Amino acid sequence: MALTPKDYQQMSQEASPPSNTLKNATMAFLFGGGFCALGQSLLELLLARGMERDEASALVSLSLILLSVLLTALGLYDRVARVAGAGTLVPITGFANAMSSSAIEFRSEGLILGLGAKMFSIAGPVLVYGISAAALYGVIYYFIL
Amino acid sequence: MNLFALLKAFLVGGSLCLLGQLLIDRTKLTPARILVAYVVAGVVLGGLGLYQPLIDFAGAGATVPLTGFGALLAKGTREAIEEMGALGILSGGLTACAPGVAGAILLSLAAGLLSRSKDKP
Amino acid sequence: MAVRQGGTLLLSGEPVIRSFAAVGSKMEQEGPLGSSFDLISQDSAFGQDSWEKAEAAMQKKALDLALQKASLSPGEVEVLFAGDLLNQCISSTYGLRDLNIPFLGVYGACSTMAESLTLAALFVEGGFASLAGAVTSSHFCSAERQFRFPLEYGSQRPPSAQWTATASGAVVVGWQGDGPRIRAVTPGRIRDLGITDVNNMGAAMAPAAADTIARFFQDTGAAPEDFDLVVTGDLAQVGSQLLLQLLQREGILLGGRHRDCGLLLYDRRRQQVDSGGSGCGCSASVLCASLLPQLQEGSLQNILFVATGALMSPTAVQQGESIPSIAHLLWLAAGTEGRK
Repeated sequence: MALTPKDYQQMSQEASPPSNTLKNATMAFLFGGGFCALGQSLLELLLARGMERDEASALVSLSLILLSVLLTALGLYDRVARVAGAGTLVPITGFANAMSSSAIEFRSEGLILGLGAKMFSIAGPVLVYGISAAALYGVIYYFIL
Repeated sequence: MNLFALLKAFLVGGSLCLLGQLLIDRTKLTPARILVAYVVAGVVLGGLGLYQPLIDFAGAGATVPLTGFGALLAKGTREAIEEMGALGILSGGLTACAPGVAGAILLSLAAGLLSRSKDKP
Repeated sequence: MAVRQGGTLLLSGEPVIRSFAAVGSKMEQEGPLGSSFDLISQDSAFGQDSWEKAEAAMQKKALDLALQKASLSPGEVEVLFAGDLLNQCISSTYGLRDLNIPFLGVYGACSTMAESLTLAALFVEGGFASLAGAVTSSHFCSAERQFRFPLEYGSQRPPSAQWTATASGAVVVGWQGDGPRIRAVTPGRIRDLGITDVNNMGAAMAPAAADTIARFFQDTGAAPEDFDLVVTGDLAQVGSQLLLQLLQREGILLGGRHRDCGLLLYDRRRQQVDSGGSGCGCSASVLCASLLPQLQEGSLQNILFVATGALMSPTAVQQGESIPSIAHLLWLAAGTEGRK
């Protein structure tokens, strides 16, 4: 009896060990929560010094971006991410890591088509769809509301 | 320092990441798709006015995850429209996220110039 | 002259593996075969300023060593079959460009060592060359940046993923001399059972390995008991399990004879390689660092070397295509001095 692709995919699914979701989810929670708590403590520090909330919030994002790029450049961010999973992907640090890791990796193909163009190879879609969704929302807001 | 605020940020931010991890492990969504989904979800929630209460409650716990980035885009668009009319539809989002994006571009450029990719593990 | 039986070619001249060499890096050194490599470079960049150049330099080094071990000069090799994982096989073409050996590039993904060695053996068997070379390599870093993500990008691998070996293997086949013999070859057929997950290559390749192994036994009438080992290339943990299941359906029981290069090269318990190793350099270096030396000294008499390859590209996968796979088989036997 010949094996159909459907049967085989079933077989293959049974042979493949599942991800350890409990451990992964716990780590994602702890690391992701950690980045946010770090951001919060910085935010409170800036607010306590009398900075305006929007400004302080932007500065918090920038600080986390700086931290992420530093860890990426030192070759440490991916090591943390191996354990932290979505805990390093979902915070703004993940966005900065996507850009800086691409910039570092493709530097060898030159400053323009390597570093310059490839910087957005992973992070680009976030900007494209984020800005497009915002513009679409703007159209709805302008004409309807 | 307000420890309760820190705890709230930790719990809400951690939960958003935990949800992302479940999407990675339990669905066929790739990380890039999950990021796009988070940003778009942030724009939608922000647009509907549902995200601001979360920011008021959790602070950085809501603004640091990429949904916060999406909500910021929506907020910027809304404010720009109120300030300058139709042109704000296009200028609002980019203006609001400009510091973060420009910062990430400049720092990534510097990293690309100064650092080399390293062998693993 | 070779005799065709079904899809298998029996090589009556039994071409001789005159020399071979394996080159690896840190991860390979830390693995169980670490001390058997001819050269381990602690610097995985091999002194070069890009990962592609590093891989090319490594491949050149492997061939240089293989030639050196048999006191041969490049000019004596009459034809060279080589390939690798990178687009347009640049590790081979750039690495071997200065050698002035007639060059035939091949692409078989991780099965490249079996494919190039098959062609080298057939060239020698057919009298078209008295000395032919087969070379291949893979490099973790160059493969990552081409097939997956930038090295510094933070991502998690599922447990079914495989680790691309930073390694190269080179084999020189001749008409005369001492060394392990190539008795038969069975070129593989492309198999595709619809696996689309690039993080589960072992599952994609297992059907190809099962098909080639089953055809070899059918063509030759041989049985698994006639061989000390049946060594597949790079199925790793998940694929190995599936292979045994698929063969069992065909009524072929390998018993304890099955080994897999992806599981031999690394120690899954100590090293973070998930399901096991992969890449052209994985089966090539296991062949050259472990299997061929054992055939030479006679601790192995007859083995089947079945290297598998997943023949997809990132473009095809992004277009939603499944992963076609292949497996080429060689029957290798102990040389005269090791023969019992």
